[in-house]
Amino acid sequence: MPNMFALSSQYPVLVIVLPLLSAPLCALLRGPIFPWALTTAMSALAFFFSVELLAAAAAGGPLSYEIGGWAAPWGIEYVVDPLSGFMLVIISGISTGVLLFARESIAKEVPGHQLGLFFSAYLLALTGMLGICITGDAFNVFVFLEIMSLSSYILIAMGARNDRRALTAAFQYLIIGTVGATFYLIGVGLIYMMTGTLNMADIASRFADIEGTRPILAAVGFIVIGLSIKLALFPFHVWLPNAYTYAPSIVTAFFAGTATKVSIYLLIRFIFTIFGPDYSFGGVDLADILLPLAVLGFLSMSMVAIFQTNLKRLLAYSSVAQLGYIVLGIALASEAGLTAALLHIFNHAIVKTGLFLSVGCMFFAAGSVYLKDLHGIGKRMPITTFGFVLGGLGLIGVPLTPGFISKWYLVVAALEKGSVLGYSLVAALMISSLLAVIYIWRVVEVAYFRDPPEGAAKGEASLSLLVPTWIFILGSFYFGIDTTLNVGFAKAAAAFLMGGA
Amino acid sequence: MSFGYFNYWVFIILLMIGLYTVMSRTNLVKKMIGLSLFQISVFLFYISMGKITGGTAPIVVETVAGAAPPIYSNPLPHVLILTAIVVGIATTALGLSLVVRIKEAFGTIDEEDILEMEDNA
Repeated sequence: MPNMFALSSQYPVLVIVLPLLSAPLCALLRGPIFPWALTTAMSALAFFFSVELLAAAAAGGPLSYEIGGWAAPWGIEYVVDPLSGFMLVIISGISTGVLLFARESIAKEVPGHQLGLFFSAYLLALTGMLGICITGDAFNVFVFLEIMSLSSYILIAMGARNDRRALTAAFQYLIIGTVGATFYLIGVGLIYMMTGTLNMADIASRFADIEGTRPILAAVGFIVIGLSIKLALFPFHVWLPNAYTYAPSIVTAFFAGTATKVSIYLLIRFIFTIFGPDYSFGGVDLADILLPLAVLGFLSMSMVAIFQTNLKRLLAYSSVAQLGYIVLGIALASEAGLTAALLHIFNHAIVKTGLFLSVGCMFFAAGSVYLKDLHGIGKRMPITTFGFVLGGLGLIGVPLTPGFISKWYLVVAALEKGSVLGYSLVAALMISSLLAVIYIWRVVEVAYFRDPPEGAAKGEASLSLLVPTWIFILGSFYFGIDTTLNVGFAKAAAAFLMGGA
Repeated sequence: MSFGYFNYWVFIILLMIGLYTVMSRTNLVKKMIGLSLFQISVFLFYISMGKITGGTAPIVVETVAGAAPPIYSNPLPHVLILTAIVVGIATTALGLSLVVRIKEAFGTIDEEDILEMEDNA
């Protein structure tokens, strides 16, 4: 099958080019159906390509694609290895699932004549995220990072129809996000000064000779801080709760699973592939910085989540806390810790997307996401609320849910550290999980033990909203019970990073 | 530090002025000005590092037989920064259009007034 072979060899570029080129096309489409249908079709295609690419990379080792036929390190190289393939599948999968939900939900939240523009921004955000993961060029990453960021500011500001605070949230994110991306740009510039190359593999091969120099130390600082801002690591998280609270439902669901995860991927890529674990945790000891921030992050943010009155904001703070778990896994600087981090990227993405989609159902039917307006929502929308509770169990980390699996791996990795540090980390994880029980319980209490207000509308959101929500909720249980797929790929990626560095 | 690092000192000073403006001003337009300055300083950094003392423009020229090949500046950082300039313009344009929308929605572009309105909402 020579023809088939030729097409599959183009998958690495098609996964980027198709959504990118459909974006301007989408902006020209009118009506409620066509922009959505095009976006969903492109996202589904990207998902298909990503799965094929991950399978190929898992079977035959990393794939390399030269853009325009210019050989690396001069040309831009796209690389699909077990880590980037894993990220591609997560991003395009979450995006496709969210888009299935999007049609009715977004028609209610965004004016009809803006739908084409909305979905073209969505496609650009998707392109940016996929591009960050697949590219092997450090400057190309910056370009994709800005494509993703600029379109995400637009998507967040689209929530202005429901609440004008979406505008200020988007503006705040724009300021902070640009500062983060510019720090990254300075870091890349310093690395280029010292190595004369932008290709990640090429930088990594030259890094050992120059790792003691001061510009490299500055570059590491700029890049780690820049990416920490982008991934909303405590205390750089201030933009995230506002952005997630006021964005349209599907935007929040999409970003909660993907946007911050992409920056975490970049952090992992720089720490483990480019700087190498020996330098990152020996030469400069990033663990001393990341580990306390991660622990402080998940403890304080779980605490803050308890006191929220807005359900989306509650989940947003919980997201910052969950990002703390992932960064903790990275900071443990072991293969077990990295496996836990990658596993939690996947597991949190699927659980949190499911949760935000069920909140989207509530907003669709009840018109509000404030807890005071959701009294008795368990009686008004039993199916949606039950889904939310199941997702909440995943967030807490109850056995049979994916949250349990990744926390288990994280605890094992922490115990590997032994001594006082390991035990206190486990204690902190337990405390944070108990705090999660409290904030989920607050929702359960409001949903089931308060009487619905007089004259409140009863009735579920329509099937086109419920089905995608339940796909994520049931999917999360599938990956919590049969862990061969997610644990397998996370382990393969972690082993690749630790062995390949 | 010698005078030879002049460009880099200017880069850092501009960077800090930009960052300070972003953090200290409450007027959203002034914040955008600070952010632009912050981004533009990085352009100077990239352009400076491509320059080689005594180097010419990176154009292929015929050399006299036996003479040393001409020294030319590295064009790659300049090309990279063209991309970053485009990104900077897009960011500024988007930021300013958000300011316009904020003015329409809140009637002010002062951050403190807006925060007050948001707290009361």
